[in-house]
Amino acid sequence: MSTIVGRRPVEAALYSSIMASVTREGTRGDAPLAPPTPSGSRGGGNLLFLLHNLVLKDFRIRYRNMSLGVLWSIANPLVMMGVLTFVFTRIYPNPSVPNFAVFILCGLVPFNFYTLALNAGTTSLLDNQSLVKRVRCPRRIFPIAAVLSNCLHFVIQIGLLFVFVLAFGYRINRFWPYLGLIWALEILFLSGLSLITSVLDVYYRDVRYLVEASNVVMFWLVPIFYTFEMVPQNIRMFYLLNPIAAVVVAGRDILLHARAPSGPVLEALAIVSMGALVVGMVVFSQLERNVADQL
Amino acid sequence: MERSTAIQSAERGAAPPSIEAPCAVETQCVLRFQNVSKTYRHNASRMVLRRGLMTWLKRSRIDTFYALRNVSFDLGPNSSLAVVGANGAGKSTLLRCATGISVPDQGRVEIRGTIAALMELGAGFHPDLTGAENVLLNASLLGLTRKETLRQFDRIVEFSGLGSFIDEPLRTYSSGMVLRLAFSVAVRVDPDILVIDEVLAVGDIDFQEKCIAEIMRLKQSGKTLIYVAHNLPMLRQVCDQALWLERGELRMFGPCDQVLDAYEAAPPPPTL
Repeated sequence: MSTIVGRRPVEAALYSSIMASVTREGTRGDAPLAPPTPSGSRGGGNLLFLLHNLVLKDFRIRYRNMSLGVLWSIANPLVMMGVLTFVFTRIYPNPSVPNFAVFILCGLVPFNFYTLALNAGTTSLLDNQSLVKRVRCPRRIFPIAAVLSNCLHFVIQIGLLFVFVLAFGYRINRFWPYLGLIWALEILFLSGLSLITSVLDVYYRDVRYLVEASNVVMFWLVPIFYTFEMVPQNIRMFYLLNPIAAVVVAGRDILLHARAPSGPVLEALAIVSMGALVVGMVVFSQLERNVADQL
Repeated sequence: MERSTAIQSAERGAAPPSIEAPCAVETQCVLRFQNVSKTYRHNASRMVLRRGLMTWLKRSRIDTFYALRNVSFDLGPNSSLAVVGANGAGKSTLLRCATGISVPDQGRVEIRGTIAALMELGAGFHPDLTGAENVLLNASLLGLTRKETLRQFDRIVEFSGLGSFIDEPLRTYSSGMVLRLAFSVAVRVDPDILVIDEVLAVGDIDFQEKCIAEIMRLKQSGKTLIYVAHNLPMLRQVCDQALWLERGELRMFGPCDQVLDAYEAAPPPPTL
């Protein structure tokens, strides 16, 4: 059994905490009433087992070849936070925002997850082409697994964010449970978007470069280093159609202003995220059939 | 890997499983090809956006060739099919359509039951994972549940005969060792149809004999085998039906010895 679990207990523990909700459901499904024959229909339990193995594979490969491991996902936001804080307190001072470092981090954490997960999701079918081309399995699992395996970074950066929030004297308030909701919606949104970009990337290999370029654009279009209140009133609605901007705005409301995220923000976030997932599923199923021939 | 009838058909969406007499005795049909054609693009360099746009704007037709042309056959359970043909005759394309990895451009493929395929060495494996980790990944890809995989795990490792190498990363394996692992997983998935594409050749004599014994056991339990190889004596030993492909077309389909005799007697094609 030890051979199956792998050799790094820390990594395994982090992994299992993330996947806990997913796998719990899976084991319940397989539990006592499962038919004895192995070749039962590919029900939910099998799919979750496959998802579980794919995420585990990504973790093992990534951290086996990386000596500093998860420290990298802390270093990146810290450096960005330092630079942006320097620029916007010393060069372009912004006196309306107290505790600029935490303010920035509230924007950087959801944005970083967006770029990492979308990049990984976009290339997921190509990265797994030895599996996609040779084994018949539900292929939509690959972009979703890529997004989920980046949740490790997300969780670590969220931990970093909490440390900073508390260190700067903000208190845990009763609206914190909303954080789980908005971050879950971000994961849904990214899964939907990755379904679209991953299958397009198989047909046109330049899609990944478009995605990388769009990440740079996104950095400016999300209120990371400016407040949502600075955005002109007449275009705020368009801003909120961008789920990443909505997550940042809602997150700041909860963490820094100790208030519930506003209704329109949550509604826009929920509608666009679920919509992205539905559109992603439809697009993927339409384009999936020739994927093996294009790889 | 659906248990029920899976159909890929060229007409999109028009695919409720058709129950009208595909084989002589309908329920006995496991795999059915009906006028299946598959084309690929000539000079198939990767599509990039620029080329896609240009083709679309100029409405130019892309030059294609047939990898499979109008292939039809039925296969019942408890049968084993040898697929022979020169390199590039379409054998692998046929297997990809049969396993549902590729979808034919015309015609339809019906599959009844689960399929496990040994298509290419290392397919469905990752080089940086250990043998044991790859067993789990591969088994879940082939549709096994967690419980089944854990139950079969020791038997898979034992059958592979890899011993302590099972905890080494796959990139350190020889091709024979990869084959041992792949075959061990595939037979433990207990598929209704087992597809093998030439890979057994890299195994040593002992393991090949073990594989043949295992294949015979599957056959006796009513499973179907599709076996692509150039080792004709072995095909004669294992298979009872054969299918001969030539340049994507079905040249001959029938009893194994008859087809293989004709195949051996035929002159090789001048060019592929």
